[in-house]
Amino acid sequence: MDHSGISVLFEGTNFTRLLGGLWVTVKIAGIALILGLILGIVLGVLRTFRNRLLRLILRLYLEFFRIVPTVVLLFLFYYILPKQLNFNLPADQIATLVFALWVGAEMSDIVRGALISVPKHQRESGLAIGLNRHQLYRYVLIPQAITLEIPATINLATRVIKTTSLLMLISVMDVINIGQQIIEANNHTHPTGVFWVYGLIFLFYFLIDYPLSWWAKRLEKRRLERTNG
Amino acid sequence: MADQILQVEHLEKYYQKRHVLYDINFSVAKGEVVTLLGPSGSGKSTLIRCLNGLEPYQKGTITFEGQQVDPTEKNWQQIRQKIGMVFQSYDLFPNLTVIDNIMLGPTKVQKQSADATRAEAIQLLQRVGLEDYADAYPRMLSGGQKQRIAIVRALALHPDFMLFDEVTASLDPEMVRGVLNIIKDLAETDNMTMIVVTHEMNFAQEIADRVLFLENGKILEQTPSKQFFAKPQTDRAQEFLDSMDF
Repeated sequence: MDHSGISVLFEGTNFTRLLGGLWVTVKIAGIALILGLILGIVLGVLRTFRNRLLRLILRLYLEFFRIVPTVVLLFLFYYILPKQLNFNLPADQIATLVFALWVGAEMSDIVRGALISVPKHQRESGLAIGLNRHQLYRYVLIPQAITLEIPATINLATRVIKTTSLLMLISVMDVINIGQQIIEANNHTHPTGVFWVYGLIFLFYFLIDYPLSWWAKRLEKRRLERTNG
Repeated sequence: MADQILQVEHLEKYYQKRHVLYDINFSVAKGEVVTLLGPSGSGKSTLIRCLNGLEPYQKGTITFEGQQVDPTEKNWQQIRQKIGMVFQSYDLFPNLTVIDNIMLGPTKVQKQSADATRAEAIQLLQRVGLEDYADAYPRMLSGGQKQRIAIVRALALHPDFMLFDEVTASLDPEMVRGVLNIIKDLAETDNMTMIVVTHEMNFAQEIADRVLFLENGKILEQTPSKQFFAKPQTDRAQEFLDSMDF
């Protein structure tokens, strides 16, 4: 017992490996969020249109990604689709795709909700000055919807970052998977290593997510102050 | 009838099965000011909104500047540039400054140059006494100021015809006069053609050339203003005037 547990973090390249894993996590979450946000805004706008068939299809898309657990989605895309459709991508790209589709679905609901809560009179005032539908969305509805949807979007981002912890299940070398490897490799020499490795991972996730949720709260408070003031 | 700017013939409107406008017929001559009076729920707002394509109608025709309107969204979008409309709830766009609110229509819809539009917007703001607020956001303004800017926003498109839908109904009493004076000035100085829905009887009397009196979705009478306020043709209108207590 000449090793105290904490030293496992700095043994060899362990720490840089963990940071590398964290980078994979952040990269997948980040790219998925950016793609998902773009997809979600487009789908959210489409869901405010009158076309019933379009709305039904997009609603089904949303419900599918909302109801099916993320783990199942990952397995579906990682194990089943490649076999059935001959659709092969590396695990981290599969993960990015699944997360982007999930974010797109959730985001479409946030965007739609924000757009329909812009008062009806705003739409009519826009029409009354001759704006066409495209201009109405671009200059009037979307800018107003954005201030309404930012806090919910940030909360979605924190959920996405947390959920990346599932990625080890499809063998993505994310921070959890690497942590697990380090624990197993050093189990003999550092029996308490598990505590320190997971403690560090906890700290990593906290450092990323906490500022985001603090920011969301602050923006929401500012918005309320503005609308009431 | 060459100087008729707007003609409405046999207009009927339903909300689902509820019949809300019955066989509406009237026309407005160039430069004329028509006020729509009537009790709440008589269909005044619905009628004025039909004239701008914000409400669909099921039967009848609207003819604007000699052309019968084919009521598609695309056509209405063109026509709305010539028909300015101001609403009760003065809906400036909160995400834009005052000047950007005014310039949005001329620059984006009519593709006019930003410089010329800006100069004109400032002139219009001076006319309503709000040139100092060009770069303010709507949330910094009072209701009366917002409503004056909403009028300017409509005027910036150089409409031939203006619709005012109870524009003072949600204002503090001391703000009302300023807004009404602008409308009056438009009628007198610019000879603007307009339809005004209002509950301000004194104002209606001052400004109107003609009164359309609506009840339950029907036009009960169309009378020159002087005559209407002295002695309306129908008992119902007389009752209405008596109840307004002005």
